[in-house]
Amino acid sequence: MIAETGLAALWLAAGLAALQLVLMLMAFRTPIEVGRTIRAVAVVQGALTAISFAMLLIVFARSDMSVALVFENSHSAKPFIYKVAGAWGNHEGSMLLWVTVLSGAGAFLGWLSQRTSERTLVAALGAQAALALGFYAFLLIASNPFARLFPAPPEGKGLNPLLQDPGLAFHPPTLYFGYVGLSVAFSLAVGALLTGEVDAKLARAMRPWVLGAWTLLTLGITAGSYWAYYELGWGGYWFWDPVENASLMPWLAATALLHSINVLAARGALKAWTMMLAVIAFSMSMVGTFLVRSGVLTSVHAFAIDPQRGTFLLGLLAIYVGAAFTLFAVRGGTLKEGAPFELVSRESGLVINNLLLSVILGIVFLGTLWPLFVEAVSGEKLSVGAPYFNAVAGPLALVLAVLVGIGPLLSWRRERRPVFKQLTIPALLAATTLAISFIVAPAMGILPRLGLPAATFLAAASVLPLVGRSPFRAPLATWGMVIAHFGIAVALVGMAMNSAFTSERLAVVQRNETQTVGPWTILLKGVTPTAGQNFTAIEAELHASRGSGIEVLKPQTRYFSDPPMETNEAAIETFWNGQLYTVIGKPDPSGGWQVRLWWKPFVTLIWFGGALIALGGAIALLGRAWRRRRRKPEWRKERYA
Amino acid sequence: MKRLCLLLALIAAQPLLADSKLPPAYWANRQLPDAKKEARAQSLMEELRCLVCQGQSIADSDAELAGDMRDLVRRRIDAGESPEQVRSWLVQRYGSWVSYRPTTEVAAWPLWLAPLALLVVGAVLIRRRIRLKAHR
Amino acid sequence: MSRAIRFAPLVLLFLLIAALIWRLATPVDSTVSSKLEGKSLPAFALPAVVAKPGLASQDLQTGTPRILNIFASWCVPCVAEVKVLQELKRRGVHIDGIAIRDRPEDVAAFLQRNGDPYERIGSDAQSQVQIALGSSGVPESFVIDGRGVIRYQHIGPIEGSDIPTMMSKLEQAR
Repeated sequence: MIAETGLAALWLAAGLAALQLVLMLMAFRTPIEVGRTIRAVAVVQGALTAISFAMLLIVFARSDMSVALVFENSHSAKPFIYKVAGAWGNHEGSMLLWVTVLSGAGAFLGWLSQRTSERTLVAALGAQAALALGFYAFLLIASNPFARLFPAPPEGKGLNPLLQDPGLAFHPPTLYFGYVGLSVAFSLAVGALLTGEVDAKLARAMRPWVLGAWTLLTLGITAGSYWAYYELGWGGYWFWDPVENASLMPWLAATALLHSINVLAARGALKAWTMMLAVIAFSMSMVGTFLVRSGVLTSVHAFAIDPQRGTFLLGLLAIYVGAAFTLFAVRGGTLKEGAPFELVSRESGLVINNLLLSVILGIVFLGTLWPLFVEAVSGEKLSVGAPYFNAVAGPLALVLAVLVGIGPLLSWRRERRPVFKQLTIPALLAATTLAISFIVAPAMGILPRLGLPAATFLAAASVLPLVGRSPFRAPLATWGMVIAHFGIAVALVGMAMNSAFTSERLAVVQRNETQTVGPWTILLKGVTPTAGQNFTAIEAELHASRGSGIEVLKPQTRYFSDPPMETNEAAIETFWNGQLYTVIGKPDPSGGWQVRLWWKPFVTLIWFGGALIALGGAIALLGRAWRRRRRKPEWRKERYA
Repeated sequence: MKRLCLLLALIAAQPLLADSKLPPAYWANRQLPDAKKEARAQSLMEELRCLVCQGQSIADSDAELAGDMRDLVRRRIDAGESPEQVRSWLVQRYGSWVSYRPTTEVAAWPLWLAPLALLVVGAVLIRRRIRLKAHR
Repeated sequence: MSRAIRFAPLVLLFLLIAALIWRLATPVDSTVSSKLEGKSLPAFALPAVVAKPGLASQDLQTGTPRILNIFASWCVPCVAEVKVLQELKRRGVHIDGIAIRDRPEDVAAFLQRNGDPYERIGSDAQSQVQIALGSSGVPESFVIDGRGVIRYQHIGPIEGSDIPTMMSKLEQAR
């Protein structure tokens, strides 16, 4: 009953999306007023998909094995949180989440949008409906989450143990809210290109959506990186894997879009770039969805290898992105550009920022897809991995980091003040860091060697916009910018420290024998069998000390039965200046055990920095919303334009 | 991780893996006593692709063949070979697929030229805008 | 914005879609083949693992083409392959084996259970010769000509339907 309700809600929502699109087309062809209706339709559509998703959560929570998806991906012995989170730990369920966010975003656009003109909003809602229709079709025709099984099997196949982790509860939803939130920017851009109303008002309307989606995307990627770090057992946090790149590309586009929108909002310039970036950001989201689900690229993270579904998604991609690019090509010429600006100005700083981000985006895109192109053309197989991306994107990112410190200090249009005097302190700090790094670590890779001074410069420069004025009078949006930019510096420091100062020890250790890693001495007390709710395990007891006090760490190897699988659970202990990361391996014929030990100084700064970036975005978003409310007390009463 | 490879390998219906009964090779999971050599070996291992996995380096993989390749890398570096020599030996046998760092073959040139090309194109696009404006 | 710039994204999209269509249409071949086809066998000398001589690279330069079969007792498809190898042996083909990561007792039991088509078997306990040959899994087979040059690599078990191909490759290697 519940599953059927969910399916029915989905069909109804699809019908409403079709209606929404028709309304938009009617608005362009006939003089009928569709404003109120189309908004209402968008809201109801969003509500219906939310109901559908809720139904899916319920059948998973109840472990209703008569639903095929629950049978394939769940088990009644699973802990409750993973029963529920398992709803989106598979292709169909995560696709339903995708569509729920897509139509939900459309609903909020219809409900809350105040700033765009009526015509553009109607066009945007129509575009959003067109997007939703394709994905409804995909779900209902090729990936039905509510298909039934007769007769209902007594027990399910279980959830992949690697996914039985709090990361699953957090990472996909945040990521999806981010990816799919960018669809609103896409729809607004398409709508504005259709009506020709590309201006500062549009930028101000788009900004909260982009800011919100970008903040969540930052959080989602940071969470995913940390999850991979502690789950996979080898201490790495980014592998330039195709699926990871698929999440990075929309983020790069969204970051460039965010800054471009600010230029459009403040100066009316960069219209074409902004529209293009808005289209590209969501296009990258769709490309990412395609890559992950079609089996086209080999990856440890790909969770559905189905070329047939891949073809459907490719068709949607070709239609949507093709239509948007065509619209841009046809209408792009009519966009009148805004006021001129000089080389040393905030506009040009932001333009160079956009350029660098776009180049990095292009590099990631090319590197990820190049093996595919080469194989298609010549049959030859080659691999492109971390060495390429680090070597090429790394230096660009460092240059960008330095510019990020300078840009916010420049004025719009042209900078006349001696701004570079303000930067002497940051520059000196950077030089000092460089000198210290030579003394402390004469042998260091070039990227961390340059990364530390760049990060120091940025950290010092990013707070300068607040200096010289009362910090509490500064608008929240400025605080948000400062915190986000500071977060970049923090993350960079973490990455450089990890790259330069990590100590690793791989060894075979006997009971009561010690090994050293960095400043730590680690004793293996013993290895004992143990068990959890749905697994058995062997657990090692390690005593670690570096002078005062003993830390006890208990890494495990877990054995699951549904499905049969073995996972490594690293034992990680966090200190003020780093993390101790320990893994127990296989028994050795000599009677000892293989252990892997890492001491990673300041590695947590990487994700702390990522969280700061997201926090900055959230503060900026709140700041703007709050400012609007204070300025327009009638805001709440206004519903329809 | 080997189990994940196994699981995915089963899905992809390869005629490969069960597990052998022999333990991993000696140098698969032990570090070389000379720290500098170990560092060189480690950075090479992070750049070599595991041939039986779905996208991992041999440094990050639990697969047996990956362990044997790590053993090979460490023994050769210990014997005095340079990482580049070991890499090209492996590329001779398996092709550029095995190296995550693109090799110098012609098919990889666009990868290294692209960033420059993109920067140049971008700079030209921007210059037109800024210069045009400054002349007004 | 000039025409060229405005239409460039469409062109790039077209190229991307074309490549992706190709990829979806062509099944992914995730086997890694050896690049030593046409090159000489690397020199090696493997100890014996059962009551049979071990295998060295000179033993494969006999003047007549031979098949070098990479197998293991823990390899599931190798069991069925033994029947096909015995058929090839019946047709006069000389077959040598390399046992990967195997213990003597396991290899002996495997041959006892399934049959023994091999003239010599070398023991490669740490996959070193396997890697030197550019092989990445079991089972695989190589056709080696009389002068020790690798002429053909067959990845996966040799099945009944592959016998004509193997025979013709052996013929070409004369």
